[in-house]
This record gives sequence, C-alpha cells and structure tokens, in this order.
Amino acid sequence: MAFLKTPHLASAFCAATRNITHQQILVKSHHAAASSPPPAEGFMPGVANSKFIKSTHHEALRNPELASVANGETKKMNTFQAVNDAMSIALATDDTACVFGEDVAFGGVFRCTMGLAEMFGRDRVFNTPLTEQGIAGFGIGMAAMGSTAIAEIQFADYIFPAFDQLVNEAAKYRYRSGGEFNVGGLCIRTPSGAVGHGGHYHSQSPEAYFAHTPGLKVVIPRGPIQAKGLLLASIRDRNPVIFMEPKILYRAAVEMVPVGDYELPLGKAEILTQGNDLTVVGWGAQLYVLENAIQLAQKKMPGLSVELIDLRSILPWDVETVCKSVNKTGRLLIAHEAPKTQGFAAEIASTVMERCFLRLEAPPQRLCSFDTPFPLVFEKFHVPDMIRCAEGIERAMKF
Amino acid sequence: MKKDRVKVQFPGAIDSHFSQVLEIREKMDPIDTFRVMDTDGKVLDPSLEPDVTEEFAVKIYKDMLTMNALDLILYEAQRQGRISFYMTNAGEEAAVGSAAALDPEDEIFGQYREAVTLLYRGFTLDQFMNQCYSNVLDLGKGRQMPMHFGSKALHFQTISSPLATQLPQASGAAYAIKRSGRKNCVMCYFGEGAASEGDFHAALNIAATTSCPVIFFCRNNGFAISTPAKEQYKGDGIASRGVGYGMHTIRVDGNDVWAVYKASQEARKIAVEQHKPVLIEAMTYRVGHHSTSDDSSAYRSKKEVEDWKRNDNPIVRMRKWLENKGWWDETKETAFKSQQRSAVLKSFAAAEKRKKPAVSEMFNDVYDKMTPTLIEQKKELEGLIKKYPEHYDTSDYAKEH
Repeated sequence: MAFLKTPHLASAFCAATRNITHQQILVKSHHAAASSPPPAEGFMPGVANSKFIKSTHHEALRNPELASVANGETKKMNTFQAVNDAMSIALATDDTACVFGEDVAFGGVFRCTMGLAEMFGRDRVFNTPLTEQGIAGFGIGMAAMGSTAIAEIQFADYIFPAFDQLVNEAAKYRYRSGGEFNVGGLCIRTPSGAVGHGGHYHSQSPEAYFAHTPGLKVVIPRGPIQAKGLLLASIRDRNPVIFMEPKILYRAAVEMVPVGDYELPLGKAEILTQGNDLTVVGWGAQLYVLENAIQLAQKKMPGLSVELIDLRSILPWDVETVCKSVNKTGRLLIAHEAPKTQGFAAEIASTVMERCFLRLEAPPQRLCSFDTPFPLVFEKFHVPDMIRCAEGIERAMKF
Repeated sequence: MKKDRVKVQFPGAIDSHFSQVLEIREKMDPIDTFRVMDTDGKVLDPSLEPDVTEEFAVKIYKDMLTMNALDLILYEAQRQGRISFYMTNAGEEAAVGSAAALDPEDEIFGQYREAVTLLYRGFTLDQFMNQCYSNVLDLGKGRQMPMHFGSKALHFQTISSPLATQLPQASGAAYAIKRSGRKNCVMCYFGEGAASEGDFHAALNIAATTSCPVIFFCRNNGFAISTPAKEQYKGDGIASRGVGYGMHTIRVDGNDVWAVYKASQEARKIAVEQHKPVLIEAMTYRVGHHSTSDDSSAYRSKKEVEDWKRNDNPIVRMRKWLENKGWWDETKETAFKSQQRSAVLKSFAAAEKRKKPAVSEMFNDVYDKMTPTLIEQKKELEGLIKKYPEHYDTSDYAKEH
C-alpha cells in the first residue's frame, strides 16, 4: 500500500478544488509514481459554470422533486459533503444503520465519512480488513438480519473481488428464497469514473457489469443535491443498490443543498433541458461534458434544440422518459465514460431502436471511451470529451 | 537466548519478541481431536458423560434416523427421474449435535449438507419434499435446485450454490445481532473444500476484527467432490487456521454427536457472552456420493467407503450410547424406522402430486416490486402462452391468481 499525492485531483475543473493540494489520497497501487502524476488536462471543462449546478437557495428549491424540503434551509456543499450529509441523516434516522469499509473510520480517503464515527460511535462507523468480498458479504449478512448496511468499496475499480457476492448473492437473495429473506437494507457506495490521472485502477466505470444483473439497482448522481437525495433513497430502498459516486465531482461540484431529509426517486431519469431536435442521454460527470458539447454544436448549428436527459438510475432505467423524448426528437445520442462495446449505451440504443424505429431519423450515436483499458497519459484521447460528443451531435443532425 | 526476550515495537505484531535463532517454521503441533465416546458409544471420560434428558437424546437420535430415511427415499427418487437432483447427508448426521446446542433463534447459514440441523429445528417432512419437488408449497417457490432449503420461521437462511459465500454473510449477520442486543449468535456451516475459497479468509478475519458472535462449523469429510483433503491443503486441516486469525478454535470427532454437541455449546457461550467468533472443525467422512450427479467410485474404492460405514458410523455410535443407557432397543428401532418410512413415503407421494407454482411466480421477488420492464416481460410471456397453449402447457402449474 502506498500513498500517492494527488495535487491535481480535479484541479483543472474548478477553483474550489485548489484547496486539496495538501490532501493525500490513499491508493492501492504499489507502483505509485514518485514524481507528480500528469495533470488532469481539460477533457472536462468547468463544472462550476454549469447551468445544472444550483448555486443559490432559490434555484436549488425550484425543483418540484424537492417539494418536501421546499421551505427548509439550504447549505453550500460539495459532493463529498452531500454524501456525508446523507449518511449522517441515514444514521440518525435508523438505529440499525452502520457505515463500514476500508478506512472509513478516520473520514475516508475522499472525506465522505468525516466526523461520522465521532458522532455515531465506532460500532456504527468502522473500518473493515482490506477485503472487498468480505465487505460485500458482511453487508449482505447485516441486511439479511433486517439492518441497514452502508458499505464502501474504496474505488469502483476494486469492486470486482465482490462481484460474486453482489451478483450471485445480493441480487438473488430475495428471489431464491421465495421472498423468505431479502437484503433490501444493503447499499454499496463506491467512487467511480475518470479523475484526470487515475490510470487503470482509479478511473473505471463498471456500471454495465451490474446492469446485466436482475435484482440489483445501480444509481449514479451528477452533483451534490442529486447525490444526497439519491443516496438517501438508495440506502432506504428495499433492494440492494450500488451507488457510484463520480469521484471527479467530490470537490468540483458545489451546490446549495437542502439540509433537510429528502429522497429523490430511483428508476427515474431527469430532463435537464427540453428540446425538439435531438435527445442526448448521459449520467454522472459526463453530463457536464455533454452540456459543453451541446453549446459547441449550437455555435455551429444555430437554433439546434437539444433535450438533455440525466438517466440517474442505470438499473432499472427509465425507458419511458427516454423513449418519449426520442419519439419527439427522432434522434438519439448517448455518451458514457465506460468503454463502448457492451457499455450501457448499447442497451439504451437497442431499446430505443425497438420502440422508436419509425421515428428515428438517424442512427443512434454512442459516444464512449475506446475499447482499451483506461490509460494514464492518454486519458484525454480516451474518454468521450467535448469535441468527440459535439462531433457526434453533428453526425446525428446531418445524417 | 531467553535473556534477550525483548518485545518488538512494530505495530503489526505487538506480542512478538526478538530472537537470535534463525528458525523458519514449517509446522506447529497438530491440533487434537476432541472426543466424548468411542466407536462403541462408550463415554471415555466419565466427567464428560452428557447431562441430558432421555427425551432430548432420543430426539437427536430420531432426527439422525429420519435424515437417513429422507436420504434413502429422495436419492432413489432422483435415480428414477422423479426429482432433478439430490445430495445425501450419509456419515455426517452427527452434525445434529451442533443444532441441538443452539438457541432456536440463533441464525443458521449453511452450505447444503446440513439438512439434519434444519430437521432438528422442525422443518417438516412435507417441507423437505415440497422443496425437492419445487411444488406450489415450496417456500422458495420452485426457483432453486433441490436441497436449497430455507425458512425464516426457523432462522435458517436459504441455501445457495456458490460455495463459502455464506461465511462473510454470517459474520455480518452476527454483527447485526450483537448490535441489536439479542443474546443470540450465528452458526455457519461449510465443508473443508469451501474453506479454500477467498470468502473463508474474508469471513474469519472480519469476524475476528469486528468481534462477531459467530460459530464457523467446518465439516471436514475428506473430500470436495473428487478432490481429497490432501490436495485441498497442506496445513493441519482447517482448525490450525483459526488460531492464525486470533480465534478460539477446536477440532472434534464429527462422528460423535456428544463431542459435537459439547463443543458447540462451549462455542456458543464464547460467542454470545464474549462476542467472539469460534471455529469448530468436525472430522468426518463423506459416506455417500457427492451428489446424484457424481459416482464416487471413480476416485475412491468402494471398500474404503464400506469400511467407514461399518467401523465408524455416527448413527450406530449414538444408538449404542442410548442402548447402554437403557433408552433404546431393537423393538423401538424397528417400530420407529417402519413408522418413519411410511411417513416419509406418504409425504413424498403428496409432494409429487402437488402442482408447480403459478408461472407468474417467475417474475416476482426479483425486486420488492415488479419493475416496468418485468411487467412488460410478464405480459409478453402471457401472450405467448395464450397463443401457443399446446407448446406452453401450464396444466402442471398452479392457476394464476
């Protein structure tokens, strides 16, 4: 185990990230470079200026999904603080809830569990030995007893040792027992996605592996407000949920987040911008890339009207919202950071082709990472960045 | 060298002393096997004589016999193609002693060859048969292979096929029970082959570090399908590993019900009172084939198996102990066996006649509520069944409600 200084975590994206240069992020590689990692160059332009970021109290509460906290206070939080806030509420409102994983007791390598052990006690927020299959199995056991288990896998890249526990066990627990038992109280949180210099094992987006597993839910938020509401819903949902947190947004995305207890719906997409010419679907950090790609395309094609959808839930996914949109626009583009072949975009594209065949005016476009392992120094060439997505929009419109 | 017994300062091994002896260890002393009675059912140390009632001892024995009767009938049923699969418990019936040491509300996580513990808890003959026949009364709704029993009422978590996955789950369940304040523990069964899985390591280590009231009960029966124990590990069985995890550990004669019972009782005390995990390794011999899909004569001699059956049989040992006490005799044996055989056959016939669960049960319980996609897929199948009734005959399945 080695400590790798990561002065550049998200630094290219947001001034707010400058304060992390003193932070040390624990990584599992024994080959951590002694020299500085390559800087995270601008494959993802500033989140801070995004129209989807709610930086005022009023903007934040305009969302009808937040009706339950509409009269409440909001507080400025970044994504890791919002995740922390959600867990704090989950622990406060459910005596059976526990948070555990590698290094969560001191606050977590991404600070998501800061202060929780002090507030709720070491029997409720505790370190486990370094074993992902153990963490997942332990969480399943707790949930099987009716307790709430909020488990952390340090990086989504390291969830694979727990694949058997999640796919063969958690996902099938209710079904195989005829409903005698279930592990609905289980939620697995894990940081995922590109971070500028994460290389093979600190960058992956493994959602498609789990999307092939009936019985699991898979959820990915796009920022602090969404992270808090979706995480609380995931923790309380009566099914096992894998909650993937785009780690690049931990510090980069800052919003006014309602301080109250609220949930956002699972299995439901959110339309971020209404449009008539093209439907664009994304999730997590990719939405900010798409936002910029759309702006770039609109410069080239004035008047282009795009409907941008945040899928939010990968499994089960909101077929209705996406197909309704494509039936209106006749064109579809999907973008994700995971590799293209068998990525989740393939599922969306084929479903849309089944259901919207007569309405489609162009082949659905899939903008994904290339089919290689996630490469260190080639990151900006690997991921579906603004240029590639804008190019895809043009292809869809000019077909 | 003793004079230099200075403790190390390294945080990773605070109890170690420095030494100037360059010794690379190969072995520790093998762990002894705890035994109460010999193969003739004679208690070897009078202080170990079980302090139990006749009723209790006879129930244990009857459960062993019943397991045996179930095995014989269901094994034959599979040979005749009436059920798809079966696994016998032959030679390992003494595991009932571990269930007898538990509180009925202690949670059990099993592998698949512990049906006798479920029997002890009160799973009925009908319930066994219904599961094996995947009929409408199967608690599992006909979704899993035979032998994958489970019962919420009896605190017996549903069996799944992937080996050793239940071990870290048992640790987590024990942690939840500890936090709830209940004076209960978890009992987790597995074979010596399963102990080679990564989940074994994960489970014991996590149970030790987080102080879980769980008993890990290893049935070391010498074989994992065809693989003999000597190709499974090089160390002193499974028990020696418990010590490595900083865990209370004992090895017992797994053909001796009372040894299993007493060890489990002590283990339960440690788990519930001290919140510590315990490892029990019960040495036994898998007398039957691995499953109905296996012919064990392909990898071990029939004579070896016959010798075990004749020389060291847990049921015979218990019977001799009961007879020595004057609590059992040939008349009782004959009467019980014949009564039990007809009960098993009656239950068997009834289970065979029952319909399979309604076809729509295929779509339930994937999630707590059916997703829109599943609702559509269910409709798709319903349409097909309606259109092609001759191809999709549902007469063997319960009516949709």
